[in-house]
Amino acid sequence: MSAMTRQGVAKLLARQGILVAFVLFMVVFAIANQRFLAIDNISGVIRSSAILGVMALGVTFVVIGGNLDLSVGSMMSFSTIVVLDLHDKLGPTLAIPAMFGLTLLLGAFIGVLVGYLKLNSLIVTLGMLSAIHGLTLTWSGGKNMDIADKEATWFSVFGQGDIVGIPVPILIFALLAGALSLVLGRTPFGRKVYAVGGNGVAATFSGVPRARVVFFTYLISAFCVATAGLIQASRSLGSQNTVGQGMELEVLAAVILGGASLLGGSGTVFKTVIGVLILGFIQNGLLLVGLEFYAQYIVTWIIIILAVWLDIAAKRGRLWSSIA
Amino acid sequence: MNNDIPILRLEGIVKTFPGVRALDGVSFNVLPGEVHALMGENGAGKSTLMKVLGGIHQPDEGRILIAEEPVVMTSPIQAKAKGVVFIHQELSLADELSVAENIFLGELPRKTFGRVDWTRLYAETDAILKTLNVGFNARTRVGDLSIANQQMVEIARALTVDPRAVIFDEPTASLTDAEKVVLFDVIADLKTRGVGIIYISHRMEEIFKITDRISVLRDGEYRGTLVTAETDEDKVTQAMIGRSLDLTRSPLQHEMGDIALEVRGLECGALYQDVSFSVRKGEVVGFYGLVGAGRTEIAETIFGLRAPSAGKILINGQEVRIGSPIEAIRLGISLVPEDRKGQGLVLGMNCRDNMTLPQVDDMTAGPFLANGAEVAIFDQYRDKLDIRTPGWRQQVGNLSGGNQQKIVIGKWLSMHPEVLIVDEPTRGIDVGSKSEIHNLIRELAAQGYAVIVISSEMPEVLHVSDRIVAMHNGRITREFTSDEVTEDSLIQAISGIASDKVA
Amino acid sequence: MTKENLIKQGAIWAFIAVELIFFTVMGDILSVTSKSFMDFENMLLLLKQSAPIGIIALGMTIIMVNGNIDLSVGATFALSAVVLLDSFSWPFMAAIGDWAIPLAWFFALATGLILGAINGLIVWKTGVDAFIVTLGSMLGYRGLVFMYNGEQPTSHLNWTLVDFAELQFLGLHTATWFLLLTALGLWLLMTRTVHGRNAYAIGNNREAAVNAGIRVGPHFLINFMLIGFLAALSAVVFYSESGSVNPNDGTLYELWAITAVVLGGTKLTGGYGSIVSTLGGVIAIQLLRKGLGHIGADTETVNLVIGLILITVLFLDRQLNRQGKEELKT
Repeated sequence: MSAMTRQGVAKLLARQGILVAFVLFMVVFAIANQRFLAIDNISGVIRSSAILGVMALGVTFVVIGGNLDLSVGSMMSFSTIVVLDLHDKLGPTLAIPAMFGLTLLLGAFIGVLVGYLKLNSLIVTLGMLSAIHGLTLTWSGGKNMDIADKEATWFSVFGQGDIVGIPVPILIFALLAGALSLVLGRTPFGRKVYAVGGNGVAATFSGVPRARVVFFTYLISAFCVATAGLIQASRSLGSQNTVGQGMELEVLAAVILGGASLLGGSGTVFKTVIGVLILGFIQNGLLLVGLEFYAQYIVTWIIIILAVWLDIAAKRGRLWSSIA
Repeated sequence: MNNDIPILRLEGIVKTFPGVRALDGVSFNVLPGEVHALMGENGAGKSTLMKVLGGIHQPDEGRILIAEEPVVMTSPIQAKAKGVVFIHQELSLADELSVAENIFLGELPRKTFGRVDWTRLYAETDAILKTLNVGFNARTRVGDLSIANQQMVEIARALTVDPRAVIFDEPTASLTDAEKVVLFDVIADLKTRGVGIIYISHRMEEIFKITDRISVLRDGEYRGTLVTAETDEDKVTQAMIGRSLDLTRSPLQHEMGDIALEVRGLECGALYQDVSFSVRKGEVVGFYGLVGAGRTEIAETIFGLRAPSAGKILINGQEVRIGSPIEAIRLGISLVPEDRKGQGLVLGMNCRDNMTLPQVDDMTAGPFLANGAEVAIFDQYRDKLDIRTPGWRQQVGNLSGGNQQKIVIGKWLSMHPEVLIVDEPTRGIDVGSKSEIHNLIRELAAQGYAVIVISSEMPEVLHVSDRIVAMHNGRITREFTSDEVTEDSLIQAISGIASDKVA
Repeated sequence: MTKENLIKQGAIWAFIAVELIFFTVMGDILSVTSKSFMDFENMLLLLKQSAPIGIIALGMTIIMVNGNIDLSVGATFALSAVVLLDSFSWPFMAAIGDWAIPLAWFFALATGLILGAINGLIVWKTGVDAFIVTLGSMLGYRGLVFMYNGEQPTSHLNWTLVDFAELQFLGLHTATWFLLLTALGLWLLMTRTVHGRNAYAIGNNREAAVNAGIRVGPHFLINFMLIGFLAALSAVVFYSESGSVNPNDGTLYELWAITAVVLGGTKLTGGYGSIVSTLGGVIAIQLLRKGLGHIGADTETVNLVIGLILITVLFLDRQLNRQGKEELKT
């Protein structure tokens, strides 16, 4: 009987380990600090996670499709700088679609390289990380970008506004997560993303257009990046060229924390959202109990490795690896 | 030799994997200086037995004795240290390294500070290579060698120790006739040195040429040992498949329709040339030949996965261009690929999703997937093909080989194709499921499908085909009707001997 | 050596030659500066400047040949630098005068070794992919850097050390010597020792290596310790001269190092790669930085050009390895 229970617990941990960890984590911090579960605190956390979260949604598609995207951080800097620059030149109504267009163009370029030309995604997006950073610096001339009249523009609504009391970044994140969750989980395209990431050759042998599917995952990723750039620009109304630097790896950490395998074929949008929230709440919780900001780095490190370790340990049925 | 104590003796070896009893009480012995053939159909347990002997798997029950000493071998290196060397069928070489480094992989000679003793390494390697009479040296990069020469490197590995027993697993699969002679010389040499040799092969002529005794496995069970000089092919076959080779075709007869698929002068570079054949509705055409004869490549070309360099493909009399599997599927062509796990299935996805993958675009209600329609398709083909699974949510990776293959077949049947190509349909599948799949293929033809069966197993092609196309080295050597085919003529055709007699 | 291998190993040097010619000619045509690009002093400086990333990239070659990757080198670099400079202010260190220098180096190098060993042990014992393990420790080690001194820079200028760092022996700077000696040492390790050859075998065909009785885990561990050590060595070389480390120093070094390694032709999947070619990759990148500056291009374009070159190299490599039209279209 107790063996049965233990097996049951192991199974639950293996399947929903990250959710269980999340709940435990919330309980511990809620006890440690009364403010942790206050509505305004929770809303604050989600709001500050929204940019990372929106980017992670797109990267989820790329990773499930069996690829990596290390270019999202530098692409987000690009979107932010471009939309801020065009805001004063074209006005916000034109600047936003123009920025989305340009960012999607970058995504399409990566999509062609990885999808149609079948180049290794790690190296392609590493190259694009560098190249897009160069592009951003060339665009801005290396200077910070600011909107001239910060008071007069409605542009700030995406980063700072409220709709029926809910901050707009949260709204965007939630809507996008809901929509993309449907796309990934309920549409033929989503099914094909899983198939391509799970076994690209078998997918091709089943008539799935692998190249096109991969191409679209990068397009979706670029769309999410553009959205994140919009929130970022609108929140600060001014930006450095390096605003998204290093975010590619944080985003990847959130996706992995959510349980997506880097080999592709597994993960869900919902799990990624959990991963993002965990990162956000760790950061917030540790600050609330009086630790410095860098404590989150160390805790994130430990949690990522534990999460992935336990996941594969459950699959192989043993805690330690069989590597001699 | 008969009075010697066995160099290697197996006693009641049992090995089970989840859901399968791969070896069930296998016992036999190998004498010094003996070439002992191990035969059995695919899936009979030969590979598992050899992995047990090579230290890769541990037996659940039974004993292994070397020179009457019980031994436990937990790794290939331990087995090798005890003098049991395993020459793999699938090459396990590091192709960026030199021949010498591969031969002494894991046991490079050392000098001080962990430095490699290159002089000794090359000298010892060249000495071994000399006995093998090969045309490359110790410094050659393995990746630059032909497959046959890589096989020679594998064999050379066995000679780094003083071996007591050497296991050859299908060593001639990729060798030319000249290279085979060298291999047989090596085996003869080992034999005179008193080494016991276990020789696994499907090729009867080799077995009768070089072996002393033959042990037969069937469904993981030991079926007895025959003395080669006192037996014949028929007796061996009978032991292997439990009956005489069934050369009669399945009795199921039916009307054939018009030509569904025709191929004229098809060529794909060096892979195959000048291939012409046709398949009628309701007909099963078997493609028989050795591995590498170009059969799979033809199927892949028809399915849009390779671009032909010359020739035409006609579907229902209309010339078509097939640039991708998507176009092939649209034209009513389906391919059940050779490598079930690598090409046929997404192992991490569930049964239903695998089955409906090619038509997932049509399984929608509005923009979303229609769950009910998908499950309906799965249920229909689960019942039709008798797929045994707890439910559609089961990951296909957890199913048995036979059920996995039925999922792949179901996937294509649900597309209602006109031409169904099945490549090695029963590879790695147990005997029971095998005949089910054979019957299924006949039934499908009866329902009017045009079916191409590619197989390396002669009983299989003989059993299911209305017509047999024999291939050798990228060319069709002969076409047989089921009435005129004999085992001999078929073997000649695929070895290239009959090519001058082509009608 | 076959023709194919010659092309593979010669490509990076041919690329360097093209860069040299291009920047010299363009420099003359555009005549932005009166200085010649191929100036000897300029080239010596170039070698010196490539040392910090170069030393790390050399270590990354071994990791990648072995079939792994290390994303935490930048953070290891920073933490070792912090330990190096901070250790000078430890009470007992102040008391022993210049003897503090070798001791400080020892502390920094030991830091690198330990951080590398942590990565290696986790990869070995848990079986988690090195990409994920080092992605995590990249964050974790950076956290330790901040823990040490918050967001404040850590500084200590030791003039004996600065003099040593600025020394030129046989015309080459101290940093260059470190780069070259590291390259020589690693080249010997990879081509002459059992460990090196086994590392290739593991990256090339892990199953075959395991079946041949090679213990994969200890080789992983040694290589991760080695790259940790080299990241620390790189910090020692660089901060002996500069004397001040910001907690964000070393960010993106992992990406630069990987870029250099890939330019040098090392296979991402492991089993193939050479120390000498990575050295070429390092020099090519630095040449590009300097060259673009020389012809008056904005420094911003360096990133753009390097990124595009990386992708082009990947594309060309793929085209070279194609089997032609007969290839299976999957």
